[in-house]
Amino acid sequence: MIPALIVFAYLAVVLYIGIFAFRKGSAGSGEDFFVASRKLGPLVFLLSIFGTNMTAVAILGSSGFAYQRGIGVYGLMASSSGIVIPLTLWLIGTRLWSLGKKHGHITQVQFLRDRWESGGIGTFIAVVTALMLVPYIIIGVMGGGSTLETISGGQVPYAIGGAIVAITVVAYVFFGGMRGTAWVNTFQTVLFLAFGVTAFTLIAKSVGGFPATMQAISEGPQSFLLSRERMPAEEFFSYMFIPLSAVMFPHIAIMCMTAEKVTHFKRTVVLYPICILLIWLPSVYLGVVASKVIPGLSPAEANDVIIRLLSQNTSPVLAGVLGAGIMACVMASDSQILALSTVFTEDLFAYYGGRKKFGPKAEVWAGRAFIVLIGLVSYVIALALKEKANIFELAIRFAFSGFAALAPVMLAALFWKRSTKWGALAATVWVVGCVFANWHLTNISDAIAPKPPKRPAASAMRGGPAAGGGPAVQRGPQAGAPGAPDAQPGGAPQVTGGPTPAPSVLQTAQGGAPGGSPEGMRPAGPGAGAPGGPGAGGPGGPGGKKKPPTQVRIFPQLGDMFLRGPVNVTIYGFLPVFPMVVGSALLMLLVSLITPPPSKATIDKYFSK
Amino acid sequence: MKIGLALLVAAVLVLHHDIWNWKDASLVFGFLPKGLAYHVGYSLLASATMAILVKYAWPKNLDDDDEVTA
Repeated sequence: MIPALIVFAYLAVVLYIGIFAFRKGSAGSGEDFFVASRKLGPLVFLLSIFGTNMTAVAILGSSGFAYQRGIGVYGLMASSSGIVIPLTLWLIGTRLWSLGKKHGHITQVQFLRDRWESGGIGTFIAVVTALMLVPYIIIGVMGGGSTLETISGGQVPYAIGGAIVAITVVAYVFFGGMRGTAWVNTFQTVLFLAFGVTAFTLIAKSVGGFPATMQAISEGPQSFLLSRERMPAEEFFSYMFIPLSAVMFPHIAIMCMTAEKVTHFKRTVVLYPICILLIWLPSVYLGVVASKVIPGLSPAEANDVIIRLLSQNTSPVLAGVLGAGIMACVMASDSQILALSTVFTEDLFAYYGGRKKFGPKAEVWAGRAFIVLIGLVSYVIALALKEKANIFELAIRFAFSGFAALAPVMLAALFWKRSTKWGALAATVWVVGCVFANWHLTNISDAIAPKPPKRPAASAMRGGPAAGGGPAVQRGPQAGAPGAPDAQPGGAPQVTGGPTPAPSVLQTAQGGAPGGSPEGMRPAGPGAGAPGGPGAGGPGGPGGKKKPPTQVRIFPQLGDMFLRGPVNVTIYGFLPVFPMVVGSALLMLLVSLITPPPSKATIDKYFSK
Repeated sequence: MKIGLALLVAAVLVLHHDIWNWKDASLVFGFLPKGLAYHVGYSLLASATMAILVKYAWPKNLDDDDEVTA
């Protein structure tokens, strides 16, 4: 029970931070509530934007993923984000900040509406982005319920745990608005960093030094973990597009408006890759080390690998602190709740007459009402659809690609005078169509997806997460979406409570189809014949042997155009995000060129020096 | 200058795909896999690239906005 008590203490601290932020705010101002009066200082801005974007996947999920797929995970998800996210913050974030300050925008939709002289296109984009954000919030509540249930050893049931987490998050967002959310995110980022350092130090001590462990791995059957020999180059390339989603997420775009000065961006974009390095390097490294120290874990067990390493060596108090770190991860939905409320309030309620009818002060209360409503609806859905967590996790994966593919729309709005609302509409419709097509293809190919082999139970041979009193984390099938080919390093609540026993995303790394069905199967990835890829074997288990990975042709008559791996659909081996981004950019370009340009007044407003 | 910086960014993005390290499982300093060491270095390069962009390609009008509102 000690770990659960420490977690409750953590919840009390974040609640206090939110209420303290409420006292610091200027009552009744929409700008204060939604963007903290655009007054965040450099450190809070850096840590909160980083913390919002970097959730449990950084420490927990990435370790589990590295346990199965090796050191390539760092390049796949961390170093790609380390360059693409700062570039987008520099290019897009700073402009959004500037235009927001100049014209009073609080959301990206307010800018897009004005830029393209069209309320309709803004409403369409607002609805699309809101719908893509909803699953994150539901998964956050589900994860909170399951995590608290596990940490308390079942004494806090799922329904109560979910309610506690939902009420805590809603309360501090309700009172503290953006300021409270940013401060809590800052606190959580510090907790992540402390967690990483603690884990690295403790584990280095317990395994008797890293050089010997790494040497043993390099000489054993898991040596493939030290290279990317089982990682298809198409997959590695496709991942480079995923971080484009970062600044298109409403919560990140809105957060860009909160900096007091544009110079805060300078420090943020320079330090962002270093922050990623500090959190991801130990996580990925420890995941690989764990493959030697605790071999043979199933994909679901591998999700907890860092907790397992720690729980064998720690006291209940430290386990509680680790549990608080996990709760920080699952509570990452705070900024998403606030962003959704901001979208509802500013882009829909205020725009369609609310401001005129009820006055600007009503906006804050409308925002707070939306926060409560979103929290309540999410909680009800989390309870009612507990067994369907995989649906929301799948939705999150697709949403990452969707947000990434909207980036050309924003880039065109900011940098290309000739871009038109019709181009934006065509690109957005394309993105929505692709998300649904991806969903549909994934659904219809589920039955033919190569299945990972059955593994012998591994937990009996070694301490589970609770062995040393450490908190275990239940995850849903796709939780820890680091393994999800469409996943992005930050953003998604990675520690979730999906109880549905569907195959884990992380099972991608567990091996190809057992035996391999010859009909319609092909080796995956570039350099076919290279072992691994999405179906590469994990360490220790049956996948420990090098097997050719397999993907199934969804429509054999179309050749390799649409392939299905154990988890995802690919297009000629590339993840859907790649053609989605390219298609969106092309449509933006072509449709803009054949439709009338925006008025001179608008071009002068946004492009005059 | 602008072309040079654009080329720099393009080169950095291309360098992310270090195909020459793809199958190299050797260890640097006896404990760090070479592919991982490369991407650690890449993260530092990304930070340095951003520092260069901030110094030489920062849009001046944004700083003006800062001054106006200060």
